[in-house]
Amino acid sequence: MKSLAELQAIKDKMKNKVVLREGNNELRVVVGMATCGIAAGARPVLNTIVEAVNEGGLADKVTVSQTGCIGLCQFEPIVEIHEAGKEKVTYVKVDTDKAKRIIEEHIKGGKVIAEFTLSDLK
Amino acid sequence: MVRSHVLICGGTGCTSSGSVAIQEAFKTNIEAFGLSEEVKVVETGCFGLCALGPVVIVYPDGTFYSRVTADDVKEIVEEHLLKGRKVERLIYSDTGEEVADVTAVALSDTAFYKSQNRVVLRNCGVINPESIDEYIAMDGYEALGRVLTEMTPEDVIKIVSDSGLRGRGGGGFPTGFKWSLCAPNKADQKYVVCNADEGDPGAFMDRSVLEGDPHCLVEAMAIAGYAIGATEGYVYVRAEYPIAVKRLQKAIDDAREYGLLGKNIFGSGFDFNLHIRLGAGAFVCGEETALMTSIEGNRGEPRPRPPYPAVKGLFGKPTVENNVETFANIPQIILRGADWFASMGTEKSKGTKVFALGGNINNTGLVEIPMGTTLRHIIYDIGGGIPGGKAFKAAQTGGPSGGCIPASLIDTEVDYDNLTAIGCMMGSGGLIVMDEDTCMVDMAKFFLEFTVDESCGKCTPCRVGTKRLLELLDDITKGKGTLEDIDRLEWLCNYIKQNSLCGLGQTAPNPVLATLKFFREEYVAHVVDKKCPAGVCKDLLTFTIDKEKCIGCGLCARNCPVNAIVKTDYIAPGHKLASYAIDADKCIKCGVCMGNCRPKAIEKI
Repeated sequence: MKSLAELQAIKDKMKNKVVLREGNNELRVVVGMATCGIAAGARPVLNTIVEAVNEGGLADKVTVSQTGCIGLCQFEPIVEIHEAGKEKVTYVKVDTDKAKRIIEEHIKGGKVIAEFTLSDLK
Repeated sequence: MVRSHVLICGGTGCTSSGSVAIQEAFKTNIEAFGLSEEVKVVETGCFGLCALGPVVIVYPDGTFYSRVTADDVKEIVEEHLLKGRKVERLIYSDTGEEVADVTAVALSDTAFYKSQNRVVLRNCGVINPESIDEYIAMDGYEALGRVLTEMTPEDVIKIVSDSGLRGRGGGGFPTGFKWSLCAPNKADQKYVVCNADEGDPGAFMDRSVLEGDPHCLVEAMAIAGYAIGATEGYVYVRAEYPIAVKRLQKAIDDAREYGLLGKNIFGSGFDFNLHIRLGAGAFVCGEETALMTSIEGNRGEPRPRPPYPAVKGLFGKPTVENNVETFANIPQIILRGADWFASMGTEKSKGTKVFALGGNINNTGLVEIPMGTTLRHIIYDIGGGIPGGKAFKAAQTGGPSGGCIPASLIDTEVDYDNLTAIGCMMGSGGLIVMDEDTCMVDMAKFFLEFTVDESCGKCTPCRVGTKRLLELLDDITKGKGTLEDIDRLEWLCNYIKQNSLCGLGQTAPNPVLATLKFFREEYVAHVVDKKCPAGVCKDLLTFTIDKEKCIGCGLCARNCPVNAIVKTDYIAPGHKLASYAIDADKCIKCGVCMGNCRPKAIEKI
């Protein structure tokens, strides 16, 4: 080890790999992963979200986790966004393309995509 | 892409309750469910809640599973990792009952962890102790880097002094001051020594740091080396800590490979090397001069001071010796500043202290709390209270060198000076909780037996004095003591304290003195009434059967190992069978009969 910069490089490389364990994120993305969700294609959605969060350098702000059946099986895959101090947003019938847009527009841009939400579908 | 981490405790406690098999089971099941790309299994150090081990934590949600067995693993993988449904029956709850809202139970929400402030243990149970990269990700070696590139040795000593950090091994000597005594001494070689010969019965915080965050110690010792001008360091670890030794050795090897030990660290021209020496199980080697004698290859015996180690220590060279927990605070003090550290704790005791909770308490394990937390908070809120709803009687701090805090002082704010004021000692942080069924004379005798065994024999007050103390205590617990014996006991205690060569002898009488101070009436009951109020000292007990209550089932007689219980010809009114009686001459007072008696007719007096 010759310099602090060298140490910083290792730290930057590793940070994304341990940030998962800090659990102090303000924003949680929850994917419904019960049998109904998985059957409707929740796994590729979850993986897409995890990848997009990591590639976008959002891992220290955003927690991606999963939950069981929410009870709206016909609307699966369901993705919920919980943000501190804001109302929960529920996206329904999400696919990988929608997931990418949710990350881009909602998580990064802060804009709720109304057309993907439950209320609009109804 | 990894979306979830499964952390499995690999500390000594959980390893002995089967965490290795659990790790294997996770690996096979994760593969079987095709989750290898998405879930990572990490072996960590101790989480602290050893009584509930083996423990498993699943991130990102931080779900805390306790008492996991290898058979539970498939369910956790299939339900939680694959389908996102937490396995409710395994989730830890403070009350021990199943929790209604499982989504709310994360590790940080439990009463056990909520009041803790983890500085020393911050990485224990969070990172993989065998990965130097994970340590670096948690700001590891940044303190060393800053010290070597931006600070002078004087700056380092000043920040440690200003923080108010005091030695965590028991004595509470100011760490910065210790370093400043050694730094100006000129010599061709100086040493930094870490005392990891944790010998107090029931204390295991140093082991947890070594097992859970070994790089922290490596980093801190290099910082100390720079501060005092030493290029060599020794860690003296007990050989009874095999996992700790293995992980520390790996940490040293990895640090060397990264150039964080060795020559010209961070291009600063500073060289530092670290070696491990194993202790052979002698308690006295936890005393600083005996420890150094042992590293030198001699029989571990203390030597008189002065000269102090700062002048003439290891191999006759100026040496700084600190305990593991003391060192573990150093990197954080450098990174976050003296003011941050000094903001925690009390006026004269800064920072946090790790306690090993043991004895009659629900949550046995390790807790790290700010100095000045009351004993009541530690026992009832963090420790979850006393099993069976029994009353708290006393807590022993500092193991065989410490004293007891009685129930009347339960609101004492625990720090160095408050404990010294009531005749106790912080010690290394063992905290043994005792309930109403504990005999204080018997407890003092237990610790005396330990020090008699462990006295190295070099000086007479300790070698002979502690033995005589034990004999006096033995007489008292057997009902052969007199009131004069109590006075003699007290006199001898003070004599040993004043005349012993090292800390072992000087503190060995503390358990006796403290119990005499707070529980003198128990000693008096043993010698005057020939009774043990707690019902522990067997020679002072008699077991009797209340013939009116006895239903004559004969269960006691069948279970008596020495056939001391016989049938009489008395039939109590309202009963059909003749009652039984105990032959006091044959009775060995094992208490088996009492445990078996359904009508509770057997009494112990």
